[in-house]
Amino acid sequence: MTPRQRRWIFLAAVVGLAAFYLWGLAGLPGFGNYPGPYGNIIDRVAVSQTNATGVVSAVNFSYRGFDTVGEEFILFIAATGVATVLRHLRGERERTALDEAKDGRVPPTSEAIRMMALLFTGPTVLLGWWLASHAQSDPSGGFQGGVVLATAFILIYLAGEFLVFERVSPVDITDAVEAVGAGGFAAVGVAAVGFGLAYLTNFLPRGVYPGAVFSAGTIPLISFFVGLEVAAAFILIVSELLEQTLVVRQGG
Amino acid sequence: MSPAGVTAAVLRGSLPFGLMSALQIVVLLLVAVGATAVVLTRVPTRQVIVLSGYGLLLAILFFVFQAPDVTLSELCVGAVALPILLLLALEKVRKGEE
Amino acid sequence: MPFVQVFPFVVVAWVLAVGLYGIVTSHHLVHTIVCLIVVQSSTYVLLLGVGYKRGAIAPYFYDITQRHVPAVDPVVQALALTDVVVEAAVTALLLAFAVQAHKRFGTLDPQELVQLKG
Repeated sequence: MTPRQRRWIFLAAVVGLAAFYLWGLAGLPGFGNYPGPYGNIIDRVAVSQTNATGVVSAVNFSYRGFDTVGEEFILFIAATGVATVLRHLRGERERTALDEAKDGRVPPTSEAIRMMALLFTGPTVLLGWWLASHAQSDPSGGFQGGVVLATAFILIYLAGEFLVFERVSPVDITDAVEAVGAGGFAAVGVAAVGFGLAYLTNFLPRGVYPGAVFSAGTIPLISFFVGLEVAAAFILIVSELLEQTLVVRQGG
Repeated sequence: MSPAGVTAAVLRGSLPFGLMSALQIVVLLLVAVGATAVVLTRVPTRQVIVLSGYGLLLAILFFVFQAPDVTLSELCVGAVALPILLLLALEKVRKGEE
Repeated sequence: MPFVQVFPFVVVAWVLAVGLYGIVTSHHLVHTIVCLIVVQSSTYVLLLGVGYKRGAIAPYFYDITQRHVPAVDPVVQALALTDVVVEAAVTALLLAFAVQAHKRFGTLDPQELVQLKG
């Protein structure tokens, strides 16, 4: 099938898809006219039921916690998959990379990048931890905090401190942290079952003031575990892709 | 109508939609243009930079749709983590070709 | 329906179509993966567009003192939030497969990869 034929078939398919989509669009109530009862009910009762002022995190970790467990394990499996697929490559490449490194073709990192990256590493870690631990009050949560934390580690690599990066996030410890994060989330749910409630029920004390740091029961705990797991998963993925470049730069 | 006339009408509230809707329409247009730009850039290394800009536009769109949580996620992931992953993979491929 | 109420969904359809066009006519696997990212982003816009309520605030009541201020639907925001992070990891998995395919077949052109059978 030549590219031209492929383009014509694509055009026909897109016209059919557009027809179906417009037919479905005609049944929607329109942008801004939200009809459904579910969202209004949750907005009304979430603060009094869970003492969490961040309703999105309450939905994520309490009302719809089961979906979030599934998503988190998708993340876990994707990180494992990347490690499996690429570790196979790593063994046979290390010999040739070391030979390449002796050429010394890699230029040193510029001073400006080093300074900015090292300057921002500390605040980024702080921001990541703050985001991961304040899920119940602000627009924050485990997922965002975890990604920001992973970015802090990548900043260390960007600053040219590759040895520090390797020492600060060795693969074994990152693996263990990721497992603790994923397992911790599931364990909180199972602990609820141990108390005779349904899986992932919010069984910890809810605190006095809505939105305070120690309020909303299991939501900050789960958010903390999710933050650990997401950060470790992204660091693992990046370090698998970085292996090659790390070895080259160390030699040169 | 001139842009100044349109702006004045929107601020007065005499058009059938308000300031918020005008902002949303502008950002939606920018997102559509950005998506086209991402797809039409054929060289992968350049496409990654355009993708980073597109991620920023998307984050602004989510913010204007009153979703600050999703904005944070999209900023961290779409403008930072995804381009890093893509560039690392591209370098791995390039090293394999040498 | 008035223009403002339909426009976001039209943009979603456009972004979807453009992304699919990029996937179909791509010559480099990494370009295909980036077009897949664009297609995924259209679904986030659709999710948030469905849950929007005109004149409502974001669903965070930390600094709201009056009762029953109308807020946007939080359920679709929760879905979109986890979506964004998880699909980045899945994209990383796809990239790992692309790197492996390059190592095995020496080429990253999907048109050529289709013809390499056995």
